[in-house]
Amino acid sequence: MSNFFNSESHELLALLLSSLRVSTPLIFAAMAGFFSERSGIVNIALEGKILIGSLTGVLAASYFHSPWMGLMGAAVVGLVIGAAYALMTIILKADHIVSGVALNLFAAGITPLACNYFYGASGSSASLASEDRFLSAPVYLALVIPFLIDFWSRFTPSGLWHRVAGEEPKALKGAGISVLKLQFTSLMISGALASMGGAVLSTFLSSSFSRNMSAGRGFIALAALILGRWKPLPTFFACLFFGLSEALQIRLQGLSFSDGSTLPVQWIFILPYAITLIVLAGFLGRSRAPKALGRIQSE
Amino acid sequence: MNPTLKQILTSLASIALAYSLGMFFVLAAGESPLLVSKVLFRSAIASQYDLGMTFFYAIPFALAGFSVALAYRSGLFNIGAEGQLNMGALGCAMMGIFYPNLPAFVAPFAAIFAALLFGGLWGLIPAVLKTERGSHEVVTSIMLNFIAAALCSYFILYILKNPESQNPESKTLGSSYLFKSFEFFQGAPVGIFLFAIPVLSILIYFFFEKSILGFEMKSAGSSLEAAEAAGISARKIQWLSFALAGATAGLIGSVEILSNSGKFKMDFSPGYGFSGIAVCLLARGNPLLITISALFFAWLHKGAMDLDIETEKMTRDMTSILQALIIAVVASQQSVVNFVKMRRRKFNS
Repeated sequence: MSNFFNSESHELLALLLSSLRVSTPLIFAAMAGFFSERSGIVNIALEGKILIGSLTGVLAASYFHSPWMGLMGAAVVGLVIGAAYALMTIILKADHIVSGVALNLFAAGITPLACNYFYGASGSSASLASEDRFLSAPVYLALVIPFLIDFWSRFTPSGLWHRVAGEEPKALKGAGISVLKLQFTSLMISGALASMGGAVLSTFLSSSFSRNMSAGRGFIALAALILGRWKPLPTFFACLFFGLSEALQIRLQGLSFSDGSTLPVQWIFILPYAITLIVLAGFLGRSRAPKALGRIQSE
Repeated sequence: MNPTLKQILTSLASIALAYSLGMFFVLAAGESPLLVSKVLFRSAIASQYDLGMTFFYAIPFALAGFSVALAYRSGLFNIGAEGQLNMGALGCAMMGIFYPNLPAFVAPFAAIFAALLFGGLWGLIPAVLKTERGSHEVVTSIMLNFIAAALCSYFILYILKNPESQNPESKTLGSSYLFKSFEFFQGAPVGIFLFAIPVLSILIYFFFEKSILGFEMKSAGSSLEAAEAAGISARKIQWLSFALAGATAGLIGSVEILSNSGKFKMDFSPGYGFSGIAVCLLARGNPLLITISALFFAWLHKGAMDLDIETEKMTRDMTSILQALIIAVVASQQSVVNFVKMRRRKFNS
């Protein structure tokens, strides 16, 4: 313990690097949340999409012997899952929250089932060979993607339409742009990004798939999106902050004081959720959701 | 047609559709849907013990379903039952561990009361945040689920810890607290709580249909503005329904501890809170039908447990898949019905 707090600068650097690593899947998932929620579709299904992506990532990476193929495979499956979510929320007009619950439950069931099918055990997959894993590439992607999305969202026509869809969908209709197509595409992109976040989790932060390995990251990503007020760059920084708290938690786990008692990491675990609750309650400045978020579009 | 009957028929059709979709995954895995169906159907009732286990799962499923329904009645969505049931378990465990020598005629009541209180107060938080600060109850409830899990983990590991066990679990409660299981079920941990379910379902039914509060909840659920115009306090109704929802979910924690494990085990719930959403949706929030719906989901859940052993490729996770498919079908049903009607109209004209 004392060693850590009398830290030399490289200890701090190590902590920052590890928080950057663990925030990578969060950044992917939070950007997925951005695509979905700014277009007007509530997305509590990020968790399930991450889970499906993490299994797909391992499967594709080990099959093609390349982590990039793992990431691609997850993206493709993510597009399909995104389309399925769009089918429910947009075409069949099911409640967004209920659809999200269904997708999360589905993912929690299908991933161990598929894992059992491919690896003969439902608890975890075989480990990836080290050449089938990422060394650092996802970090660079995660550092670039939010800036690209921010630029797209602010300076391109389609980016503008995307934002308007979540605020004043009627205005889009007036301009002759199909809200339905726009939301459908947004959800497919969202599915791909969230699923890639899952692949990053299994092929970069870890070396195999294991049951429920998303462990609430989809909801932390949602929290980051709220803390970032539904804007790409603030959301990105919120992810880095939550990454830092996760890295701290990992680092402090198992460390004990001189009298042998351990530090309750639960309090650090609570941090992202508690902060989000405080922000949602408007105590740290209002975080306003897109106006038409969760609304079911009628023809 | 009688609306309740119609409701039951559409629910049955939803089950059939969702089940067929589920069997698609069975086929994809190269298993026989016939065999899987046989296992699912039979292992829930193969013996008195199996039947007991089915009831054992039905109790929390029903309570979670009631919890979701109590909020749903006022137009609120309770996705926080998972956190509320953990807090209920915490209250129950604290009661039984801090006061282990309470006499047997008050002990279980005290523990149940603690569970109701903890669950109810935890359920109240999203309602208060909603009415006072305008925060959406779904997102706050999700965050509260994680906070509850961490709080409970802290209490289990640091305050209520069982020093003799390597597992993350609390000490055992005083023996005066614990319920006996019925001999009939040959060891399945099912006791007197089994009878609490139909009683509760009837009570909630009458509360919804015959009480003024139940009526106020219903009007707030269909239109908050209209209800407020009629002099119903939205705050009172939303606080009340979420507190009741939380208390009902909290009860799950005490059922688990008092009649099954005798201690608070971390992660004892396999997601009862979320299954409650499926249970409630399938029954359309009708408390009488929730009992049946819970029994149905418990049947599937127990049946799926045996898939691990009896089939090669299928696992118990089939239960989550079927729950998810049923939720999806029921939630999208209105548009399917509208679509069919539209086609029929076109066809007729």
